[in-house]
Amino acid sequence: MNQPAIEFRRVTKSYFRGNQEVPILRDFNLSIPAGRFLAVMGPSGSGKTTILNLVAGLDRPTSGTIHAAGVTVSQQRESELARWRARHIGFVFQFYNLIPVLTAAENVELPLLLSTLAKRERTTHVQAALGLVGLSDRLHHYPRQLSGGQEQRVGIARAIVSDPTILLADEPTGNLDRSAAEAVMALLTRLHLELKKTILMVTHDPRAADYAQEILHFDKGTVS
Amino acid sequence: MTIGTLIVRNLRRHLLRVTMTALGIATVILAFNLIVTTVRAWYAGVEAAVPNRLITRHAASLSIHLPLAYRDRIAGLDGVTGITYANWFGGVYRDAKGFFPQFAVEPASFLDLHAELSVREDERQAFLSDRRGCLIGRRLATLYGWKVGDVIALKGTLYPGDWEFVVRGIYQGATSTTDETWMLLRWDYMNERRQLIDPDRAGTVGWYVVRLADPVRAGTLSAAIDAEFANSMAETRTETEQAFQMGFVAMSGAIISALKVLAIALNGITLLVLANTLVMAVRERTKELAVLRTLGFRPSHLAALVTGEALLIAGLGSLLGIALTIPANALYAEMVGAKLGNFFQHMNLYPSTVLLSASVTLGIAVCASAIPIGAVLRRHVAYDLRHVG
Repeated sequence: MNQPAIEFRRVTKSYFRGNQEVPILRDFNLSIPAGRFLAVMGPSGSGKTTILNLVAGLDRPTSGTIHAAGVTVSQQRESELARWRARHIGFVFQFYNLIPVLTAAENVELPLLLSTLAKRERTTHVQAALGLVGLSDRLHHYPRQLSGGQEQRVGIARAIVSDPTILLADEPTGNLDRSAAEAVMALLTRLHLELKKTILMVTHDPRAADYAQEILHFDKGTVS
Repeated sequence: MTIGTLIVRNLRRHLLRVTMTALGIATVILAFNLIVTTVRAWYAGVEAAVPNRLITRHAASLSIHLPLAYRDRIAGLDGVTGITYANWFGGVYRDAKGFFPQFAVEPASFLDLHAELSVREDERQAFLSDRRGCLIGRRLATLYGWKVGDVIALKGTLYPGDWEFVVRGIYQGATSTTDETWMLLRWDYMNERRQLIDPDRAGTVGWYVVRLADPVRAGTLSAAIDAEFANSMAETRTETEQAFQMGFVAMSGAIISALKVLAIALNGITLLVLANTLVMAVRERTKELAVLRTLGFRPSHLAALVTGEALLIAGLGSLLGIALTIPANALYAEMVGAKLGNFFQHMNLYPSTVLLSASVTLGIAVCASAIPIGAVLRRHVAYDLRHVG
């Protein structure tokens, strides 16, 4: 039996506000097979983004174990996690989070700086990724010279340029108008269908969630 | 693109802030270099000291003289290859401001032992054959516009009266640290007149200069010389020429220490200014740095980004500071030379001084970057991704 791409086993996550413990996840279990496109929906503060952070190893569970892309994320050291993220995780953010002083091509090239690829190979990868998101003609544009939808597509190109196993998308359409949002969701669907990427997307937007194969409704730390 | 590209682009985000910081560092470098140049000028005599020469003087004070008879007893000691003697003359030219070092010396042996005083053979012979003759250093000649054949009139302070000396030669220093402000006059001429005006001190010398066969034996021979005159009416104190010169520097120890403290404090300012700039820069990029970590950038990468930025700012400041130091030092040397030229004649900006200031600044840059790096690495990536700034 194939190992799932992402697996949460009895994961509990709490934050502390002063001395008060605030539970976010309680005995949470989740298994996402490789190549699956899953949307997580839920109200603000329900713990949706926490799931993404835990998968990427940006946050640690209070208890339980998390497996993703072949490793037990919750047991890795920070330096090991960084290497693993560079290889296996692509992040798409609500506010794009591009580096404003770098061009679109340079932003996309950033994850490749951590690889052993030569300059020419990196350029080929960058052009391919930007071509895939339909921005071959915007290579040398700075983020301020792009529309919101274009910025998000650069963000997606940056997330996929190193060919990661898992794409994590945090409200990828949350800052876009309807048509730009549909273009972005069409792109994510294409990445899922053509490149077989495992996609875990957090969203408030039911229309965006409809693009996923499966929707998980999340509230107060549990799946409803 | 490389990480270096990102460092340079980050620098360009706030050009005014970076420029102001670099200018601040440049100012510190300028001040640091001038201070170090001043301190080095103070030590010029020490640096010019020759290792195979000892100075023997009265054990109680340099102002108390030694009998001339000691010359042959010292010369007879094992390991001594040459000896000469000198007196501080202490005359003034025109008025009290016209002060420069004047030594009454035994000419042949003095020039023999001080090979760093380079003088033409005909001028040397002229000095040896004229009891009223004198040799002057090149800087001194330039300062007063004296040339060979001129008569220099001095008013004696230690040896009262009006004295006249004929310039018989102008010496040049063999090295950059050789003092070129001396006036060497003849001890026999001075002693002759001293017999008339101060007979009690006639036939005495201020100090002996002793040349050693082997500088390694300086300690042993110093002790042997002092032992030779122990329990006599005029006990001696013998030390290397370097230690002798250090004695003069030590008289200004408090000022030199204050200058050194000031130089260290200036570097403290660089540390704080640079650290402040970096902390601001890193705080503004809190979210971006968190994004880089989601992309797989390791703590070492983030440290390289911050340190690289610190080194670039410090490097820019250093280059600017060094560029400013060159003309500023020339002006400073001219200004000091006009007022204190006889004390500070070597206000030279040495490459080692420039290298020192640049290295210290770059070292400080690395230390300054440690503060924001520590802050970045302690931060929680998941929180920083939500940062609004």
